[in-house]
Amino acid sequence: MRKISIDKLNSLFSAIAENETLYLPVDTKAGAKFEKWHDGAVLSDALNTVRSAKDFFFPQTENLMDFKVDGKNIEIIDTREECEDFVIFGVRACDVKSFEILDRVFLAEPVDSYYKNRREHGVIMSLACTKPHETCFCGTFGIDASSPEGDIVCHMTGDALCMDAKTEKGKALLSRLDSLTEETDGKAVEEQKKVTKERLAKLPLASLSADSFGAGKTEKFFGAPEWKELSQACLGCGTCTFVCPTCQCYDIKDFNTGHGVKRFRCWDSCMYSDFTKMSAGQPRLTQLERFRQRFMHKLVYYPTNNGGLFSCVGCGRCLSKCPIQMNIVKVMKKLGGKEND
Amino acid sequence: MQEINRAALIKRASELLSDGTADRVLGWKAGEFDYDVTPAVFHSVEELEKDFVWGDFCGANFSKYLIKETQKGDGKVIVFLKPCDTYSFNQLLTEHRFDREKVYAIGIPCDGMLDITKIKSMADGVLSVKSEGDEVEIETLYDGVIKEKRENLLPDRCVHCKSKKHVSYDELMGEDGEVLDSGRFDEVEQIEKMTPDERFAFWQGELSRCIRCNACRDVCPACTCEKCVFDNPDSGVENKAAANSFEDSMFHIIRAFHVAGRCTDCGECSRVCPQHIPLHLLNRKFIKDINSFYGEYQAGETIGSRAPTVNYSQDDIEPSEAVERGGDNA
Ligand code: SF4
Ligand code: SF4
Ligand code: SF4
Ligand code: SF4
Repeated sequence: MRKISIDKLNSLFSAIAENETLYLPVDTKAGAKFEKWHDGAVLSDALNTVRSAKDFFFPQTENLMDFKVDGKNIEIIDTREECEDFVIFGVRACDVKSFEILDRVFLAEPVDSYYKNRREHGVIMSLACTKPHETCFCGTFGIDASSPEGDIVCHMTGDALCMDAKTEKGKALLSRLDSLTEETDGKAVEEQKKVTKERLAKLPLASLSADSFGAGKTEKFFGAPEWKELSQACLGCGTCTFVCPTCQCYDIKDFNTGHGVKRFRCWDSCMYSDFTKMSAGQPRLTQLERFRQRFMHKLVYYPTNNGGLFSCVGCGRCLSKCPIQMNIVKVMKKLGGKEND
Repeated sequence: MQEINRAALIKRASELLSDGTADRVLGWKAGEFDYDVTPAVFHSVEELEKDFVWGDFCGANFSKYLIKETQKGDGKVIVFLKPCDTYSFNQLLTEHRFDREKVYAIGIPCDGMLDITKIKSMADGVLSVKSEGDEVEIETLYDGVIKEKRENLLPDRCVHCKSKKHVSYDELMGEDGEVLDSGRFDEVEQIEKMTPDERFAFWQGELSRCIRCNACRDVCPACTCEKCVFDNPDSGVENKAAANSFEDSMFHIIRAFHVAGRCTDCGECSRVCPQHIPLHLLNRKFIKDINSFYGEYQAGETIGSRAPTVNYSQDDIEPSEAVERGGDNA
């Protein structure tokens, strides 16, 4: 494990940015946001960014290809740019876990080569949480906020940043920074983990359980009468799906530029009335069905298809951003039975 | 004077359910924390007593919910309306969006709601929020108990509240207030004073944060089209992805035009925006211009009023007098 004193953070960032584009959370008037590092950029103190880190690998919009039409000829133009290596600093445990959830979708056959390209070039420097918020419930899904996964796992311990490389990519990057950093025994990190774990155990949502959900529970929950009450105030706005680090639905459309066609993909939301609309209409006719889809996907369908892995990471973004304050915690408490009384 | 609190609202709603005046109540349901209350429909006294809450975070404007709720049964639905909600209520009636006969509206007074974003910006991990008169006590995970003046924690729309007067109701609980002048156009004036290029930069900075989640539109009581053009694949302008950073601005400008003369300035759009974009400033600019070009007009003040924007008279202002073009983007 290596460490660097906090007052030298800027030189660490600048050394990384010499070779690779570096992104890190900075404060803006609308909360923390990942931005490209520039000399003097200050790392945000916020617990997490408003938008999730999924944007790096699964951007809100992306051009897939262009078509040039000339009489009867259609020329297909590959608009893809080979991605360069980049580093994301400060990703929290919940968001790191979301990458695994996205990987299982985008890297399964047929592999999404656009996603793969970015994923292969990204190095993740995660940062352990020390002051989890009341809306955090990563622990419900077995995520330990005090020791995240990632290529390089970082802990901010008082006056130093401690870094532990976990993968080949991480080791390559960290060894490049050797001249700036020094070896540390990791005692401070262990001490911090202990304190954070005590804090996590005291969070208001610490006892929330997902045990009654999971693989194979479709029939148990699909027809539950509670969906009516849970979904009745939902506006169908899709905010929850856009801020969620694991929501992965997209639409592919053609845009007529006047000189040709741009085929792009953009985020879509199961909460929308025109989602997966086909000639026969939208398969989920009411907001109840759309609302149910989002939560069934996180808690039942995804685990069914992925060996029991839930596709919520407990980041709490939908808790703070839903205009009517409906969210996955309320759904789990209402449907989750005895464990969540 | 009758004190308006949770118990008083439950008592009155229960009486109206029991005497058959109405068969359900649109209210707020308690959440995990003090601040995450959800709009809900209550069908019985027992349900009310169990989950109904009323407090500092019951800000959602219920008027729009009445469109769907009144279609769900023959009986009346009881709705609690803050002064600002009553303007939206009237405006929806002007537009014939729901059946007035199916609603029993109770006006309730309002001292302003609390803004959870402001609270969270000063406290790390909010466990509870209790208010006592002018003071709010915030219990936090890491900063102990913080005490703060209520006036510092009001959302912008309450700081610039346009009216404490209810313009519509079947009955009123507590006392009615007055129409206020609380400087709601001050910020618009600041923006008007900018040069065209500064103004362009200001709005580009704000609107470029938009993630097009549509929360602003979906919560807006003036946006009640059965199918929004921006959601309709056949409209040709359906716009799930913006071609460039200006296209999101177009969405907002078009929406602002669409609600001009109908927007009551309830402030819901800015309340719900996850990116904290001050959308109300666009709408207030329209309101301010309508006031100065055609005379004072407040949407929703009375049922059935016609906005100057849908009337034509020969004295109407010419576009060249109304706007001056300038700057790099003219
Ligand atoms: S469902 Fe909510 S809490 Fe779970 S990962 Fe998505 S935004 Fe976070
Ligand atoms: S959900 Fe867990 S990992 Fe994510 S920010 Fe909160 S404490 Fe950290
Ligand atoms: S649950 Fe909330 S955020 Fe999600 S679509 Fe419904 S109203 Fe919008
Ligand atoms: S609520 Fe905010 S982010 Fe969402 S569409 Fe409206 S302005 Fe954009």
